[in-house]
Amino acid sequence: MDFFKGLVIIIMSQILVDNYVLRQFLGICPFLGVSKKLNQAVGMGFSVIFVMLMATAVTWPIQLYILDKNGLGYMQTIVFILVIAALVQFVEIVLKKFIPALHKSLGVYLPLITTNCAVLGVTINNMNDERVTCFAESMVSSLGVGLGFLLAMVIFAGVRSRIDESEIPERFKGLPATLIAASFVSLSFFGFDGLVENIFKL
Amino acid sequence: MAEILNSLDTQNILMALLVVGLVGLIAGIVLALASRFFEVPMDETITKVRECLPGANCGACGYAGCDEYAKAVAEGAKTNLCIPGADSVAAQIAEIMGVSAEDVIEAEAVVKCNGNCNATCNQFIYDGINTCQASTTLYGGPSACKYGCIGCGDCAAACPSGAICIADGIAHINTKICTGCGICAKTCPKKVIEIVPQVARTIVLCNNKEKGAVARKNCQNACIGCKKCELNCPEKAITVVDNLARVDYAKCTGCGICVENCPTKCLKVVDFVAIENGK
Repeated sequence: MDFFKGLVIIIMSQILVDNYVLRQFLGICPFLGVSKKLNQAVGMGFSVIFVMLMATAVTWPIQLYILDKNGLGYMQTIVFILVIAALVQFVEIVLKKFIPALHKSLGVYLPLITTNCAVLGVTINNMNDERVTCFAESMVSSLGVGLGFLLAMVIFAGVRSRIDESEIPERFKGLPATLIAASFVSLSFFGFDGLVENIFKL
Repeated sequence: MAEILNSLDTQNILMALLVVGLVGLIAGIVLALASRFFEVPMDETITKVRECLPGANCGACGYAGCDEYAKAVAEGAKTNLCIPGADSVAAQIAEIMGVSAEDVIEAEAVVKCNGNCNATCNQFIYDGINTCQASTTLYGGPSACKYGCIGCGDCAAACPSGAICIADGIAHINTKICTGCGICAKTCPKKVIEIVPQVARTIVLCNNKEKGAVARKNCQNACIGCKKCELNCPEKAITVVDNLARVDYAKCTGCGICVENCPTKCLKVVDFVAIENGK
């Protein structure tokens, strides 16, 4: 029971409290780049979830059984970038061959997130996070981060569609207004501080 | 030199080199094998057809972008659907596919409204979000005529070639620049833009389907459905349906008799082909 409680705590805090985009400022480039339209934002969100899960599934055993065994923990970043980039390319080739429909919907975004900092960040943080102690927990943590990313993308796509329709001063049009809006969305997520601790009486 | 070498942990460096090198090598081999065994054969004609297309992804052909149209052509779709590419592209595609070349049916966008600031007026002052889409949701827009152009410029913003400008309260289309892709017609919430074939010689500058008296009250330039054009047309090319004149572009010769007889001058003789050719 405690195990499942731990999983729920991890997933809740990764989505709301430690949201990678809005609280830790990782993965900002897709957040600003692909959030113009809702359907693109959703497609990007699901691709990120998919890649994060795959990346965690591969990097966790590599860290544990190859790097740590040989005392090479400091090579983590380089090896992870290498492995994730190769993995995403491999997945793209396999998808193109066997599931063309999925490749068509994810295809545009997959190369974009090959070395996205949010993907690299979640795999490295899983190794250092004290809450994450086993493989299952690291997978759930990645799922939570991916869902948090999707949530941020969907919220911000909505915000941006409102910005596009409203009349704002000429100087603020485009990127300035977008950045200001992003800071407001980020501020609003600070309201989730202490949420998990109080729900689960930690 | 030897001292520096000795002070370095040579074994550790070698180990790191070996492990990272091996991981990279394995990843490289797996990728190379994957691209070999999971290769998806691409149809060569698709690539060739795609190279001919202009790449504007305008969607005028009815497919989602140039890539999709190239695929459709390879599977037997018509070769003359690319309107921006015109006859030269159609001929190239036909040559690749080995079929006889067909001319592209060129089209032009036409704003079916002449309700400028002198002819019609606003029912109320709209002070909301400045798009046609938004203002239409409020009692069908501020304009007295519920069928006409609002003039907020959604079409001008959507036009990929920048052929539309808003002047005097209504949209105007620059025929020379317009490729006839039809994006504006899809964007317009009032459906006031029509895509007509380039051979059209007479166009109706009104979209109002209300009865004559109401239409006239709301806009001086509205078609009142009096049927004078229908009766006087020597080619029987004009019919009035739902209080609105419609031109059969195949029959119309552009003689201008209908324009002379029209009491509100909502018909106009045009020559898109001449304008396109710069005459």
